[in-house]
Amino acid sequence: MLKIRNLDASIGDTQILRGLSLNVNAGEVHAIMGPNGSGKSTLAQVIAGHDDYVVTGGSITFKGEDLVPLAPEARAREGIFLGFQYPVEIPGVNNAYLLKAAVNAKRKHQGLGEIDAFEFLKLAREKMTMLDMDPKFLHRGVNQGFSGGEKKRNEILQMAMLEPELAILDETDSGLDIDALKAVAGGINALRDPARAIILVTHYQRLLDYVEPDHIHVLSEGRIVRSGDKSLAHELEDKGYEWLQDIASAG
Amino acid sequence: MSVETENLEQLVNRRYAHGFVTDIASEGLPPGLNEDVVRAISALKQEPEFLLEWRLRAYRQWLEMTEPEWAHVHYPRIDYNSISYYSAPKSDKDRPQSLEEVDPKLLETYDKLGIPLHERARLAGVAVDAVFDSVSVATTFKKKLSEAGVIFSSFSDAVREHPALVKKYLGSVVPQRDNYFAALNSAVFSDGSFVYIPKGVRCPMELSTYFRINAANTGQFERTLIIADEGSHVSYLEGCTAPMRDENQLHAAVVELVALDDAEIKYSTVQNWYPGDENGVGGIYNFVTKRGDCRGTNSKICWTQVETGSAITWKYPSCILRGDNSVGEFYSVAVANNYQQADTGTKMIHIGRNTSSTIVSKGISAGHAQNAYRGLVRVMPQASSARNHTQCDSLLIGKDCGAHTFPYMEIRNPSARIEHEATTSKISADQMFYCRQRGISEEDAVNMIVNGFCKEVFNELPMEFAVEAQALLNVSLEGAVG
Ligand SMILES: Nc1ncnc2c1ncn2[C@@H]1O[C@H](COP(=O)(O)OP(=O)(O)O)[C@@H](O)[C@H]1O
Ligand SMILES: [Mg+2]
Repeated sequence: MLKIRNLDASIGDTQILRGLSLNVNAGEVHAIMGPNGSGKSTLAQVIAGHDDYVVTGGSITFKGEDLVPLAPEARAREGIFLGFQYPVEIPGVNNAYLLKAAVNAKRKHQGLGEIDAFEFLKLAREKMTMLDMDPKFLHRGVNQGFSGGEKKRNEILQMAMLEPELAILDETDSGLDIDALKAVAGGINALRDPARAIILVTHYQRLLDYVEPDHIHVLSEGRIVRSGDKSLAHELEDKGYEWLQDIASAG
Repeated sequence: MSVETENLEQLVNRRYAHGFVTDIASEGLPPGLNEDVVRAISALKQEPEFLLEWRLRAYRQWLEMTEPEWAHVHYPRIDYNSISYYSAPKSDKDRPQSLEEVDPKLLETYDKLGIPLHERARLAGVAVDAVFDSVSVATTFKKKLSEAGVIFSSFSDAVREHPALVKKYLGSVVPQRDNYFAALNSAVFSDGSFVYIPKGVRCPMELSTYFRINAANTGQFERTLIIADEGSHVSYLEGCTAPMRDENQLHAAVVELVALDDAEIKYSTVQNWYPGDENGVGGIYNFVTKRGDCRGTNSKICWTQVETGSAITWKYPSCILRGDNSVGEFYSVAVANNYQQADTGTKMIHIGRNTSSTIVSKGISAGHAQNAYRGLVRVMPQASSARNHTQCDSLLIGKDCGAHTFPYMEIRNPSARIEHEATTSKISADQMFYCRQRGISEEDAVNMIVNGFCKEVFNELPMEFAVEAQALLNVSLEGAVG
């Protein structure tokens, strides 16, 4: 589904991704781990098409199509969802309004009509119950005055409503207490499907206790330095990330 | 007889009844301004002596005044002798006879705004026979109003039918020599609206010029007078969300509101006159004086405005908080795009005790536009325990536009509590990316963010108006980004 080959990407004059390759198939859950500053968020933003980042080498294809020339909204409508590490506040914009606009943008792209208002509310309430979210959040400004945990749940709510083919969740677990973590993990697991791929970007292995990944990759200085199955997460937990420095400088 | 045929008949009768007036009016007056022109206007309108005298006084005062230059706007000198001060309403045969004859660009805008078909015709100035729908609506509503004792008519009709009320209140809020444009309006005003709500009456519906067909041609020098008698309540909607076709360049309207004891007036405006083209050519100069007098105790006046049109807007809806415990509110969204210039704000004059005022101003600038907020809060020495809260937010779209804030405060009573907050922000790249990552186009994202920015003001608008105002905002910011 997602094929990344020898990807180089820069922001301004700084190169951040250096020859990164990654293959993600439908039905798989991948975890991307690595120390702070290793380029995890950069990778997520580049896949989503943030125009601060410039792809200077290599390729990204999604469902066989070259992603690089596509605008972020086009990628989203094709089925790519990014759960942000730091979801932005949009004052005064009703959360439900944004959600509905997003759902309708995708439906339009698929040649479907707008979602019925009643149907939309029913669906949103269902998903919120699953995420243990107060329905009041539908009618607040987007992320406006939300706590860190509330913002992350809101990202998962959006994902649940949009049913993306590829979901990239950037540090969705950070800053969550255990109940919130379980609710978020429940939301992610509910979306696991043979037709869907999920990339979990995380610093800790905590989330991986609840959402079991098929593959784990370790990112360091802009490239993947190790890949393995879920046992790799425990190894990292024990050894920390320091040993990576040696690999990176050696490789 | 069915309601439809009854209304139809009324319509036909009315057109005959007014045939005489139409005849005189179709001649109009040649350009130029002098005492004879003022006399001619008054005569054409068959006005009583007191009104002619009033106009003449205004004219003589206007001659001695000079045009203000302090507003943050720039425009070429207006030649007041090149304007015709009484252009008659266009006769139906001079108007487009159907929508096919109307400028397609205008129709496209109506389409985007979701304006119903029958209304499009009215707005585009299509001959009124084609627009039965709104006529019958108007007549039904008129009936309901008169049952409640509410007077809602054109200014000219009010002068004829209720001269005592007009004489008592006209100019009592905005005196003739208040300012240059108010003086000019007082001398030459053509028509406008008159509203009187009797004691204790809650007006059974929102009053709107929409329901008054003959308001369509009052144009240039409009005069509005609204009186809410003790304990009454009225909500008035001015203007229309669609771009009105209008060939007049200068607009100098005057609006006076009077709220007596325990009365409440809510006045909402959506102004979308022609703003000129992308290069700043053409467009309306909108120089308006709007003032409300909270004359009674516990009275309340609330101004809400959404200003997206005009090449130049110069407008400060104000409240004189004379009655004890009176309340003044001002909620404003002013948009300036391309080469538009907006200089708008409010004045809150605290005179009574325990008076309070709220100001929420949202200015949006895009393109090369300049948007200024100018607000005055004055607390008189006798106004003990006055309160004001001012919130003044500016949103910039692009890098060539400007926002300016000029808050003036004159506090002459130490017990006053005054709060002022001001922010300037841009639509952030993060907000844009967030929306786009959710599949929302750049244009829709901007609209969404701008509407969010304006939410506190839109909340104050009557429901249907708020929806239209949003659509309007989107249209007026079209092409601002991307
Ligand atoms: N706007 C920027 N300009 C320059 N360097 C940046 C910018 N944003 C991030 N970086 C750098 O890119 C590297 C990778 O950052 P990031 O992708 O956020 O890492 P991670 O998510 O793994 O913590 C870091 O060294 C960071 O300092
Ligand atoms: Mg990160």
